[in-house]
Amino acid sequence: MNVKLSVSDLDLYYGDFQALKSVDLDMFEKEITAFIGPSGCGKSTLIKTLNRMNDLVEGCRIMGKVTLDGEDIYKDIEVSTLRKRVGMVFQKPNPFPMSVFDNVAFGPRTHGVKSKAELEEIVERSLRDAAIFDELKDRMKKSAMGLSGGQQQRLCIARALAVEPEVLLLDEPTSALDPISTSKIEELLASLKKDYTIVIVTHNMQQALRISDKTAFFLLGEVIEHGDTETIFSLPKDKRTEDYITGRFG
Amino acid sequence: MVKRKTLAAVAVGSGKNETDLREPINSNKHISTKKISSIMLRVLVYLGVFLTVAAMLFIVVYILIKGVPYITPSLFEFTYTSDNVSLMPALINTVLMTAVALVVSTIIGVFAAIFLVEYTGRGNKFVSVVSLAAETLSGIPSIVYGLFGMLFFVLYLHWGISLLSGALTLAIMTLPLIMRTTQEALIAVPDAYREASFGLGAGPLRTVFKVVLPSAIPGILAGIILAIGRIVGESAALIYTAGTIAKVPDTALDSTRTLAVHMYVLASEGLHINETYATAVILLILVVLINAASSAVAKRMTKGKFK
Amino acid sequence: MTARLAFDEQLKLLNSELTNMAAMVERAIEGAAVVVQEGDAEGAQKIIDSDGLINTQERDIERLCLKLLLQQQPVASDLRNISAALKMITDLERIGDQAADICEIVMNLPKAKRLLNIEHLPKMAKTTSSMVHCAIAAFVESDIEKVNAVLSMDDEVDALFDAARDEIVADIRQGGPNESEAMDFLMIAKYFERIGDHAENIAEWAEYSINGIHKGHQLYQG
Repeated sequence: MNVKLSVSDLDLYYGDFQALKSVDLDMFEKEITAFIGPSGCGKSTLIKTLNRMNDLVEGCRIMGKVTLDGEDIYKDIEVSTLRKRVGMVFQKPNPFPMSVFDNVAFGPRTHGVKSKAELEEIVERSLRDAAIFDELKDRMKKSAMGLSGGQQQRLCIARALAVEPEVLLLDEPTSALDPISTSKIEELLASLKKDYTIVIVTHNMQQALRISDKTAFFLLGEVIEHGDTETIFSLPKDKRTEDYITGRFG
Repeated sequence: MVKRKTLAAVAVGSGKNETDLREPINSNKHISTKKISSIMLRVLVYLGVFLTVAAMLFIVVYILIKGVPYITPSLFEFTYTSDNVSLMPALINTVLMTAVALVVSTIIGVFAAIFLVEYTGRGNKFVSVVSLAAETLSGIPSIVYGLFGMLFFVLYLHWGISLLSGALTLAIMTLPLIMRTTQEALIAVPDAYREASFGLGAGPLRTVFKVVLPSAIPGILAGIILAIGRIVGESAALIYTAGTIAKVPDTALDSTRTLAVHMYVLASEGLHINETYATAVILLILVVLINAASSAVAKRMTKGKFK
Repeated sequence: MTARLAFDEQLKLLNSELTNMAAMVERAIEGAAVVVQEGDAEGAQKIIDSDGLINTQERDIERLCLKLLLQQQPVASDLRNISAALKMITDLERIGDQAADICEIVMNLPKAKRLLNIEHLPKMAKTTSSMVHCAIAAFVESDIEKVNAVLSMDDEVDALFDAARDEIVADIRQGGPNESEAMDFLMIAKYFERIGDHAENIAEWAEYSINGIHKGHQLYQG
């Protein structure tokens, strides 16, 4: 199994606050890696570092190294190329207030695709990959704001897929959704695994258990334990991991 | 299945035939004394609405009654004479003046707002200073702008009393308004849109023009409509900068007279009060038309931008 | 640190119910040994009846475990404890059955032949009953030493079974019991040996609940 994303000795500060402390973590190709941990433990911060969304945050200093296929994402890769290769889906579904079609076509257009036929093909493929094409094929020209929360989130996944990323980052993608939409997204992620490397932040430990191959447990900015999901959830090595996953934390 | 259907039908039928004697629990029949204060508040609120609507209706109806009978074809002759007191040149000038002033103030105002919101950090000192300055400027009486326009455009730049001097003076006057409303509209655009756009690899330029600005258009439009109102209704600032010559200008450096100034002149002459009311009717219609037009433009822009 | 008080209460309840069930089973084993030695019909009936109670206890614990699995969605040590408990009660219930089976065999022997004098059988009973006790204690106290103790006791039981078998063979040669009776004696010995195996299973699940290792390899890997 190849290492797709590798984080080594990463320290991250927001002003004086150290949000991540010497994090070392490898994420493997075509696997789902879940980040778990209590709120404010740094898991969202780390996932945002992986496609440099933290660049937008003022006073954010990052030390250490993050590599994508061995290339340093802060030195060797241009930020827009990085974000094309490492797509992101956010906690709250955030479709643009545009039509379904334009939402999905936004990324390809950003990266220079102009031909209408090509865009149409990309949009259909992305919506199919996100398992939402059949639901939306008659609503391409309608505003995405009229969709249900679950549909919006899958549309956002389709939008991220449209730029043909290699890695998909998801920051608590189902925390705002009902159980049925949640299970649809979980199904979707399981099927996307064969083509993409997926990293997901989740508060729902059952979800991490259901869908991820690897799990990393964060506490106060440190990775306490990471490894095979089944092992972490059946036989954690660290007492803090055990306390957290068995719900006896804090 | 069939049996069930008939049963259901019977149930519905009987429900319809017998009136339910119970009191709806959400009826307002039982109003206790505790609710008196809330009733009073309600009365006050209704009164407020009534007074506002009444005042507006009164003005509109008054102007219409006084003005409509005097709207004659001669009022619309292309050249103004002191006999026909034609409002046509002033009408055309108003449209020209509004267009020039709006284009200038909207372009500068919107870009300034984009800079302040999108390109500087939140909570930036400079931004708050600029915002404060803009708010102060919007409170300054228009005659002060008129004086400034006269000193700067008319005298210093030697543009003379002209359409251009007037339009730019009005542009400066409405700039803070448009900038502030645009700023608010941009701030109101959820950060989630920006995140999504950046997350797809778009740069700040594309994010602003393809995502943020289109979402902010309704807010910006509100500012533009307010600005139109101020431009169309402005007279004091124009008397010193654009002048009172009731003629469609040949160049931008010719003096012009807008409808509001036209009314001011007619009214102060005191000879054509009826025509003044007629002009007021036309001005009213013009404002409504311009507002409708800008809404329509914004609608089309929104559609266009979202492609 | 505890944020799941109700759950912890129920886990404690599970432990105490398991201990109760183990005590019932231990009594059944020891009772069966007495029946074998003394041929006491009344005692035998008591043990056969107690098997029903053990079965009921198994149901109750099973229900508790399933309820906890459903409601608490346990992971890590909680999951190991509850799933181990589910496996252990099956073995405990089997032991109860076998104690009852031993008593039935004794009851079906002709009266005169009831007094068995195969000296290794009481020893087997004693060892297996302390195996059960020790295995459950290992689980409740998370004590790996006790697991190892049970495993070595099982070797003892296996040796005792071989000795008992030799004893029966020798008895037959001396013309003691007839074929059918000898068969029954062997069955009784075999039942005790099986009880030892079940106790060993219980100890193995106790070990799993402690360190995730079952019979020398970790479950849940890859």
